[in-house]
Amino acid sequence: MNCERMEHRWIAYVDGRATPRERREVEQHLAGCAACRQRLEEYRSVWKLLEEVPAADPSPWFDARMRQRVAAEPAPSGWRRLVQWLPEPRLALATLALIAIGFWAASTPPRPAGRQPVVAMNEQEEFKMIKNMQVLENYDLLKELNAPNEAQGN
Amino acid sequence: MVRSDVQLMLGVKHGDEASFELLLRRYRTPLCHFLNRMVRDQALAEDLAQEVFLRVYRARREYVPSAKFTTWMFRIATNLALNALRDSRHRQSELSLDAPAEAEDGSVVSLDVPDGAPRVEQQLVENERVAAIRRAIYALPEKQRAAVLLHKYQEMDYDQIAHILGCSVSALKSLLFRAYEVLRVELAPLVAPAVSGPGPGGTMEGGKP
Repeated sequence: MNCERMEHRWIAYVDGRATPRERREVEQHLAGCAACRQRLEEYRSVWKLLEEVPAADPSPWFDARMRQRVAAEPAPSGWRRLVQWLPEPRLALATLALIAIGFWAASTPPRPAGRQPVVAMNEQEEFKMIKNMQVLENYDLLKELNAPNEAQGN
Repeated sequence: MVRSDVQLMLGVKHGDEASFELLLRRYRTPLCHFLNRMVRDQALAEDLAQEVFLRVYRARREYVPSAKFTTWMFRIATNLALNALRDSRHRQSELSLDAPAEAEDGSVVSLDVPDGAPRVEQQLVENERVAAIRRAIYALPEKQRAAVLLHKYQEMDYDQIAHILGCSVSALKSLLFRAYEVLRVELAPLVAPAVSGPGPGGTMEGGKP
């Protein structure tokens, strides 16, 4: 590995997250490169230097202020509260969809009256057919009408 | 038994205020540290940290534990910090003050750029060495700075930081390399000459704060 390829390895090597293979590669290179050994030392120093910088902790009134801001948040509305108690948003949506379908079904008007005569006519035709069934099943009539040979065979 | 972040957040989702209180106690300090180092202004950092918690609270009903809680929270924090820095740059340029703290091309500007300086009393107590390190961190381009802070101080893994910054892991590694390279050069005057030869094999493992 050359010095340029080391660029992709430095950080993981310095922070200790390199894989054993990456570590071996880096170490092999370091063994033969004084410049990179020097550079490694500088990275280690930077790593340590960064630890010298403290950061300010939150002020003592941080929590109180936060509680105040949370308390000032508007409470969820009625239906939101209902949704909130449902374990999954999808389930909540599905429930709402079911309720909507229920309302829609309940509010749908009864079948239009115009369709009834059609049904009635069909029933009449059916009745007529049943009434004529004896005539229809009277195959002897076929003979009298000079029916085709196949029919005669029946 | 210690409840996990996800368990606490699900508690918040179902209206348990005590869970939110526990999350607040668990993360207020790391969040304030991160934001403080990011914007270098304690008052602003606290405001931003409050805003992060408020956004977490507001998003509680829609919360789905799909990503790690800290990734989500620090992503909010990073975006808020970047926006705040952008706004402050706009205000600076509107007031026709000095050049922005960071060049648009991401290059590092000199360390003596005005930077929303910390409070006077802080400056007095802070020793020059720490101040120089702080300035070097603050002089990094914002995204590089966020990457270094999350990597070094929050000890997050590469995947998590990449997710927070919205980039690939390999892009993050390049970002980190560039940032540490700048720090190496900038902080060279503070580094004492090595006493012994840095033989190969050693790492910084265990050197985390």
